[in-house]
Amino acid sequence: MTQPDMNACVERSVLIRHEGGLHARPSVKLTKLAKNFSARIDLGLSAAGPWIDAKSIVKMMAAKAPKNTVLYFRAEGDDAVAALGALINMVERDFTDEA
Amino acid sequence: MTRNVGIVIVSHSPLVAEGTADMVRQMVGEEVPLAWCGGDPGGGLGTSVEAILAAIDRAWSERGVAILVDLGGAETNSEMAVEMLPDDRRRLAVICNAPIVEGAVMAATEASSGASLDDVQKTAEELRPA
Repeated sequence: MTQPDMNACVERSVLIRHEGGLHARPSVKLTKLAKNFSARIDLGLSAAGPWIDAKSIVKMMAAKAPKNTVLYFRAEGDDAVAALGALINMVERDFTDEA
Repeated sequence: MTRNVGIVIVSHSPLVAEGTADMVRQMVGEEVPLAWCGGDPGGGLGTSVEAILAAIDRAWSERGVAILVDLGGAETNSEMAVEMLPDDRRRLAVICNAPIVEGAVMAATEASSGASLDDVQKTAEELRPA
C-alpha cells in the first residue's frame, strides 16, 4: 500500500459507532464530503461488496448501515488516498463538523 | 460568484413546506439557495401561482432552480408559474417528479456540490417509485 501509483485502487474500512448508524444526516455528510474529491469512491458493507457510489446520496441513504457495522471504502483516482482519509476521519469523529 | 442550483419547495401546507425547508437547512446546510411557499392567504391549505413565482425568485440561481411539489395543484400551479417566467429563466426551472421531503433533501445534497440542474433533477427523481 505504499505505491505512489496515482491510479491504484485504495481500500480502507472503519467501524461506524454512530448511534443510529448511517442514517439521514450522516449519509448526507459523507456524500457531500465524497463529492469534494475527483476519485471514484465506492462504499460496501462487506469487503467483497456489493459496492455503491459514495457520491450518490440516494444510494448512500438506501445503504442503511446500522451502528457497529464496518464500512468498506474503496477509491480510485488522483486524490483517492486523501478522499478515503477524509471519509474515514469523518466516521471516526462521529460526523461532527471539523474543528 | 458561482452559485449552486436553487431549491423551491411548494406544498399545500405552509407547515409541510417550512418543515421541509428546515430539513434541507439542517441536513444539507446553507450553501444552496432555498425558498418555500404553501397555504392560501386565508390560512387554509392551498398553493398560488404568485407565491410560487415569488419563491422561485427568492431561490433563483443562474444555475437554475429545482422545484419540489406535493400534490395536484402544487404541481399544476408550479407548471403555470414556470410558464410565466421570462424566456431566459423558463428553461432553468424544472419540476421534479419526486416525493417532496426526500426529494428536497436529495436534490439539495446534489446541488450543494455544484452539480448541474439536470443532475439535481435526476438525483431527486431516482426516488420515484418504480
